[in-house]
Amino acid sequence: MSHDRAAPATAWGTLRANPGRLLGSSWPWRSLAYLLLGLPLGLVWLVATATALGIGIVTAPLGVGLLLLACAALSGVALAAVERRRLHLVDSLPAPSPHRAPEAPGAWTWLTCRLREVATWRELACAPLFCALGLVDFALAVMLVALVVGLLSAPLQALVLSHFHQNAAWQGILRDGGSLLAVSVLGLWAAAGSAYLLTAWAALEAGLFRRLLVRPADGGLSARIVELTESRARIVDAYEVERRRMERDLHDGVQQRLAALIMTIGLAGLELTDGPAAARNLIARAHDEARKTLQELRDLVRGIVPSVLADRGLEAAVTDVAERSLVPVQLDLDLPGRLPDPVESAAYFVVCEGLANVAKHSRATTAAVAARRAGGTLTVEIRDDGVGGASAGGGGGLVGLADRVAALGGLIRLSSPPGGPSVLHVEIPCGS
Amino acid sequence: MRVVIAEDSALLREGLAEILARRDNEVVAAVGDAEALLSSVSANPPDVALVDVRLPPGYRDEGLRAALRLRRDHPEVGILVLSQYVEPTYATELLEVATSSLGYLLKDRVGDVLDFLDALERVASGGVVIDPAVVRQLLARRSREPVDQLTGREREVLAMMAEGRSNGAIARRLVVTEAAVAKHVGNIFGKLGLEPAEEDHRRVLAVLAYLGRRTP
Repeated sequence: MSHDRAAPATAWGTLRANPGRLLGSSWPWRSLAYLLLGLPLGLVWLVATATALGIGIVTAPLGVGLLLLACAALSGVALAAVERRRLHLVDSLPAPSPHRAPEAPGAWTWLTCRLREVATWRELACAPLFCALGLVDFALAVMLVALVVGLLSAPLQALVLSHFHQNAAWQGILRDGGSLLAVSVLGLWAAAGSAYLLTAWAALEAGLFRRLLVRPADGGLSARIVELTESRARIVDAYEVERRRMERDLHDGVQQRLAALIMTIGLAGLELTDGPAAARNLIARAHDEARKTLQELRDLVRGIVPSVLADRGLEAAVTDVAERSLVPVQLDLDLPGRLPDPVESAAYFVVCEGLANVAKHSRATTAAVAARRAGGTLTVEIRDDGVGGASAGGGGGLVGLADRVAALGGLIRLSSPPGGPSVLHVEIPCGS
Repeated sequence: MRVVIAEDSALLREGLAEILARRDNEVVAAVGDAEALLSSVSANPPDVALVDVRLPPGYRDEGLRAALRLRRDHPEVGILVLSQYVEPTYATELLEVATSSLGYLLKDRVGDVLDFLDALERVASGGVVIDPAVVRQLLARRSREPVDQLTGREREVLAMMAEGRSNGAIARRLVVTEAAVAKHVGNIFGKLGLEPAEEDHRRVLAVLAYLGRRTP
């Protein structure tokens, strides 16, 4: 919860940030109102609850009593609701209720829902505390107000009292303007002191009730979610770096060696041109095997990260995929510059999967891929004019890709009503 | 034939040199990166440069970029690009700057030593050689407007043209007469709308149309 520094939204905030301003603000008056309200509210609750409890116990066998007992149990809920409103006297922060919304409308659902909640019983337990504090508040407020009013009105009192006390010594004091003025000034000081004291006390109490009766903000939780999201993004990032390293290692190591092996076998085959047929056959087989191995390795590496994506970026790679698609694809790409590696990879594989699904399931005659980068977001859309009815679950690879995109803070939406058209929409934040 | 090899793997450099030696080709230089390739060709232009797509320092497409530059600076030098991957994108990029003395082959084709040496010679003598795997991938595209109108046989012939084969070679492959191939080729030109006036380039233009790029 952030406070507006220019104008603190709470009495406590004003007190801490700008004590000098407090006296001129409405906060001391609002605090006074807060403190004075506690006792009457507490009394109403006490009387109502005691009555409900009393009659309820007596009439419990009749059934009506049970209802009254339930009301008594729920009285804390009502008091807490009032208190959450009273809190607005000393701050203007939101004070959401800690209760759940019932799953269905209806008084019975509401009742059973409330009675099963911990918050209900916590509120009931807080009610006596509310009453006790209400009494203390009231006493304190009345005492301080009386003191201030008493001191400030000293000259007025002297004017009135001098008519009743004929005693000479009294007369002397009551007519001494200097000491009367001093008392009034003391009253001003007392007023200021009381303002601070009342505000601080009210703020303290409000803080206590806020903690007990208001649903905690998810501050801690959302901070943790941010942390998790960042760590997930780091993992995806590391994964991407690792994939590219693997691809490079395979290319520079195994693939080169296999290519060299194929050359050597080729040369050996030439040497054996006039040799025994059995040896020639074996060499031919070795040649074939080596080539197939290299081909398999190549397909594997392409699945890790296609070289055209690594070398030329998303636009070139998507163009390449589109050209290889069995369903003709219209392209509308606007992707200047390079995007972060994980974003490029994720988007690329989504396009591959999307177009593969179009070819496999949609019976479409044309497809379109549009991709653009705007405002720090990469947006990719794959449409087809097929029969629709595709689902992310049926899409297989799409679920995994959705996770990958989500880890980058992005999302995938699939819209594919029966009869089509299907639209696969992807958004990934990619920095500016 | 005088050849420059640009390949970062020492193993493959040696293998290539050995294969080239089989037909008494002279390896003018065997270098490991794009810079060295460019300076070597400038100092002593060969007949053909044999270039790996991926070269240091970035191991991305430095070799391809060097090849494109080589073609601008030394159009007389034939270029045969070797790649670990089937990348139609790279093949078409090469074809956009050059329509002769050009090749794009997968590395394992080198294992078919004699075919590879033939391809190298075709490139040196002005031909265009595109790897059958690249050609096959482009063939998989279903709707390629004018190319779609070709019959199966015509397509077969065009695929072999893309591999840089002459009518005679195609005829031997398909076990038909050369006249039959010439007839197919004529039909292909007709269907692709290539005028006879463009005789010299028609073959390459047909291949380009086939590769799905607009002719320049």
